[in-house]
Amino acid sequence: MASLGYIREAPELEESPPALSSGALAWARANLFSSIGSTVVTIGCVALVAYLLPQVVAWATTRAIWSASNGAACRQHQDGACWAFVIAKWDYLRFGSYPIAERWRVDVVEAIGAALIIWLLWIHAPRRVLGALLFFVAYPILALILLHGSPWLGLPIVDTQLWGGIFVSLLTAVVGIVFSLPLGVLLALGRRSRLPAVRAASVVFVEFVRGVPFITILFMANNLLPLFVPETWTPDRLLRPLAGIIIFSAAYMAEEVRGGLQSLGKGQYEAAMALGLNYSRMTALVILPQALTLVIPGIVNNFIGLFMDTTLISLVGATDFLEAMNNAIKDPVWAGPTIMVTGYVFAGIFYFTFCFGMARYSAHVERILAKGRK
Amino acid sequence: MSSALADVDQADAPAIRFTGVHKWYGSFHVLRNINLTVGRGERIVICGPSGSGKSTLIRCVNRLEEHQRGSIVVDGVELTDDVKRIDEVRREVGMVFQSFNLFPHLTILENCTLAPIWVRKMPRRHADELAMKLLARVRILDQAHKYPGQVSGGQQQRAAIARALCMTPKIMLFDEPTSSLDPEMVKEVLDTMTGLAQEGMTMIVVTHEMGFARQVADRVVFMDGGEIVEINAPLRFFEHPQHERTKLFLSQILHIRH
Repeated sequence: MASLGYIREAPELEESPPALSSGALAWARANLFSSIGSTVVTIGCVALVAYLLPQVVAWATTRAIWSASNGAACRQHQDGACWAFVIAKWDYLRFGSYPIAERWRVDVVEAIGAALIIWLLWIHAPRRVLGALLFFVAYPILALILLHGSPWLGLPIVDTQLWGGIFVSLLTAVVGIVFSLPLGVLLALGRRSRLPAVRAASVVFVEFVRGVPFITILFMANNLLPLFVPETWTPDRLLRPLAGIIIFSAAYMAEEVRGGLQSLGKGQYEAAMALGLNYSRMTALVILPQALTLVIPGIVNNFIGLFMDTTLISLVGATDFLEAMNNAIKDPVWAGPTIMVTGYVFAGIFYFTFCFGMARYSAHVERILAKGRK
Repeated sequence: MSSALADVDQADAPAIRFTGVHKWYGSFHVLRNINLTVGRGERIVICGPSGSGKSTLIRCVNRLEEHQRGSIVVDGVELTDDVKRIDEVRREVGMVFQSFNLFPHLTILENCTLAPIWVRKMPRRHADELAMKLLARVRILDQAHKYPGQVSGGQQQRAAIARALCMTPKIMLFDEPTSSLDPEMVKEVLDTMTGLAQEGMTMIVVTHEMGFARQVADRVVFMDGGEIVEINAPLRFFEHPQHERTKLFLSQILHIRH
């Protein structure tokens, strides 16, 4: 006679999982060789990599030309990369036409910038507020004086027309990132403002900029900006594309940030208001920290896009890294098919390194911020 | 709106006075001619069916909602569109929400010290001391350095009470503070609130916890359809409700809860 009731008499003991449900072997069996089809795909992919990878490595290393004073050697050995070309043009690729005697100034600016950026990106670094102050206030002034020059300090003026190469690409990217994020945040807040004029202005700006291609913005910045300001301080030729890139990026940034703002419940606003926080403190201390954390992937995606877009400033006469590479490749001394390929492969590696670095860093920050919050 | 009431001597004024308050959401008349005076140190429990306007009423006290007619005077300050007055009132009125609304990006301690530091301009060390004292009082001192997402609902709600108390408010508003808690955590929150009541805090509590109302309230306010239907001392309210709608409501909820 089975009873409907039940009373436990001894506890169930905890056991370890059955064999082959964990471990590398179990993983491989479940993911790589689970069926005939997946086994074929796995073997095919491994074979492809095994066939291609040695050739790519050999092209880039053993068969490559590492030193030469002109393109002759590279033209003879067309089955390898021509790194000698990149090495010979390295200074031009870095500095463009910046006067050789003054290039130490760029080195100094880059070194200080790199140190400050590492200081800021290192989450647990000491005194990051001081680092931020130096980076956002002192550093731009110092960089401007050093790069552009100041006769008072005995630094000859170097016109921005002469600036070029990697240093201009980095400068454009850093200036774009540093200005477009705050501007984007303001536009996002403006779009949710209760003041109709502020809201309308933000909507018009964002929708207009998002509605036209970046190149249009660049040409407008280049040709229209001088018309809007007094002739005495016509914007510099490099400043115009910088303004264009900031405006363009800020509009996209604004939409990312707005997405973050919208995903916060109204309970957060109410709790902050009930505690007596006014609008600016509520926004700065409660709303933005949460909204920006939520949209880090989108923001970094925009940063990466912005870094790629810096290659377009060459269309309005600035010499970024890619343009410097184009110029270098046109040098008749270094003419040859492998030279062009090598140049663009190198440019690709350069852009990939920075963008991949940004993506990895943002993933790292997300992990740190996610810790402790559910 | 007259501002004659605004500058009454604060010590003599009642904690809160609603006079002929009306509110509409669009064309929906959500509060109808509310008249209620809450004395200093008084504990008021507001109950009523959902949609009766009880939450809306207490959210008018710190201007999370604005009323369209009548006057609300809190601690001698009449609520108008004037942002300064709203800020003044919000500094003195703490609020606890149904869904806690802790700030998830700050630790529980930081949740508590945020407003004292930025609104009261308290030095961080003082704010920390105050917060630790209040977290000890709501018995979650050991959770101070955790994030809200790492502790239970009951602990979150007690942290939210501590956060409000850190502003040393004169009045505390509770908007269904136990409604989103698991049943086994309701008691710890109610005990905290009872302790607060015993210390003489002026409290308005919107709740369905009739046991709490019976034990703690000085007066029970029953609302239905946006109007106050009955106000009575708890004993009379529960044993001898006067209005038919009160009787119906009590028979419905007490039937479910007992």
